[in-house]
Amino acid sequence: MDLFEYQGKQLFARYGIPVSPGEAVTTVDDAVVAADRIGYPVVVKAQVQVGGRGKAGGIKVAADAAEARQHAGAILGMDIKGHVVATLWVEAASDIAAEYYASFTLDRSAKLHLGMLSARGGIDIEQVATDEPGAIARIHVDPVDGLDDATCRAWIDAAGLDPSATDSLVDILLGLYRAYTEGDADLVEINPLVLLADGKAHALDAKVSLDSNAGFRHPEWLEYEATQVLDERERAARARGLNYIGLTGSVGIIGNGAGLVMSTCDVVNQVGGAPANFLDVGGGAGADVLAASIDVVNDDPQVRAILVNIFGGITKCDEVALGIVEALERVTLASPIVVRLDGTNAAEGRIILEERTSDQLVTKPTMLDAARTAVELAAR
Amino acid sequence: MSIFVDDHTQVVYQGLTGSQGRFYGLRNRAYGTQVVAGTNPKKAGTDVEGIPIFATVAEAAAETGATVSCVFIPAPGVAAAVMEAAEAGIELVVVITEGVPAHDEGRFFNELLRSYPGTQLLGPNCPGLISPGKCNIGITPGEIAQPGGPVGIVSRSGTLTYQALGEMTSRNIGQTTCVGIGGDPVPGASFIDCLRRFETDPDTEAVIMIGEIGGSAEEEAAAFIRDEMSTPVVAYIAGITAPTGKKMGHAGAIVSGGKGTAETKIAALEAAGCGVATNPSEIGDRMAEVVAGR
Repeated sequence: MDLFEYQGKQLFARYGIPVSPGEAVTTVDDAVVAADRIGYPVVVKAQVQVGGRGKAGGIKVAADAAEARQHAGAILGMDIKGHVVATLWVEAASDIAAEYYASFTLDRSAKLHLGMLSARGGIDIEQVATDEPGAIARIHVDPVDGLDDATCRAWIDAAGLDPSATDSLVDILLGLYRAYTEGDADLVEINPLVLLADGKAHALDAKVSLDSNAGFRHPEWLEYEATQVLDERERAARARGLNYIGLTGSVGIIGNGAGLVMSTCDVVNQVGGAPANFLDVGGGAGADVLAASIDVVNDDPQVRAILVNIFGGITKCDEVALGIVEALERVTLASPIVVRLDGTNAAEGRIILEERTSDQLVTKPTMLDAARTAVELAAR
Repeated sequence: MSIFVDDHTQVVYQGLTGSQGRFYGLRNRAYGTQVVAGTNPKKAGTDVEGIPIFATVAEAAAETGATVSCVFIPAPGVAAAVMEAAEAGIELVVVITEGVPAHDEGRFFNELLRSYPGTQLLGPNCPGLISPGKCNIGITPGEIAQPGGPVGIVSRSGTLTYQALGEMTSRNIGQTTCVGIGGDPVPGASFIDCLRRFETDPDTEAVIMIGEIGGSAEEEAAAFIRDEMSTPVVAYIAGITAPTGKKMGHAGAIVSGGKGTAETKIAALEAAGCGVATNPSEIGDRMAEVVAGR
């Protein structure tokens, strides 16, 4: 789960990382009230979970109330790469002397945490990483040991940051590491991490991605979940507890297990079709979950055929078949369904479906046959 | 032969008294696995259909001689369960539980590496492993596997593992061992840990390796196959057309440096001399050719 900048900054502030005073608002009037309270100049920043908002005109400095009103009006509702701006973060403007970069994430290959620090922060850090990999100082942190003061000092030195700011940078890096580990984040990133004219370091942006598996020990995340931006289909699927990603094709895909569903999408593509979605019912799905999945996929107007691909392990194919039958009785299908069942209780499942076979319900023995048939039906 | 486990392996189930643990523990026993104990501190002294329940893994191991544990504990308790098994001297800990926080995985993986080098972890979030006809630990449906070899299977995906077993069995090709390493960010056993064992197992004459997009485990496996394996490998990568999803921040892109896509994985595996299948049925066709030509 990705956080908005203002949520990330609120998280950072709890770990003692200096951020600019600011407020999150959703109307032009509130933006002006917030700006008056903070004191000018202020920066009005679009809250979207996509890069490049500055270049798109989503970040503006306002010298007075009239400018704050003008910028807030222009940015609210703005479409940045398909993300419509619904929230603004208004904060005190900073007097910037230098722009750095700092982040922590998991290095899956080393199975250790990876910290990256650079004197070359700002919007083009990915370009820096490609052109001058040496400009980014990297350290591995063993989660058993954690990060200490001396390591931070050596790391700051290796990155070539201003030595006079070392003390304040050490505090920020230690706080950022705690926000990463105690906050159960997959990624924490400050870009830019700025040096102010008074010599103090300060987080001017915040990118935080949380590990949804750790939600059970973070009741405070409910607030973030409420602000997640999802398309209508994704919202409907999530409300039913399904693992769903909307795509742009015409074959609705339902399967069990992420690998099998990904593979099903690949095979549909291979035989000339395009998936309308990725829907993983997970392990041990019963009839009710299958029926709910068919509801969600059937409600998608771009779907022209539905492909159900199940290899039963924990999931029992007779349960899956009952779910399909239940869905057929309850909803009017907008598209035909092609079903492939294999694994646990597949024979029983096929018998249940055999009695219902029609133009709207086709069964196929293999994944490839089922994908071909679904793609043909979607093209009709 | 088989890798990791055989017909003498004795297994303790952590969480045997829960609904999932009980269901699969009993199913594994019915398959022929020596399910010798379960643990639950509140139910010590009782039994599950004749399987004795102990308060701790250490007591279970001391009483029964179990050397392998299978964990069905809910996600919040997995870190403690893994450490308990390691402290009890368990040699292989198989964690089936899904939804374990990545930071917990990172900690206990490195804790084991440093303080308990004799303990091998498999999972979390994996289907477990099966040596057909000998031992089935986890949730793999045993009936789709066929004893006798000569094929070993290692996979990051649960259901695709079953698909691969099904492809082999339907062609009357047996399996030595099938290991699901799981798709989590910090898996215990890696592809390489399994490939190395298959390479030295005299009965495994060919290996199926099933990967997914993301991370660089497949690229690392490709280098190992190229440099250290003479056993032929047929590979498959799921997710060629999968969406990359919302990406936030730059750290991920900087870390991966172009690795992690299906294209780079397939290219690395092909360069290492693997046959790479483009869909699951082709895994079966390609392996049938390898087995016929040996």
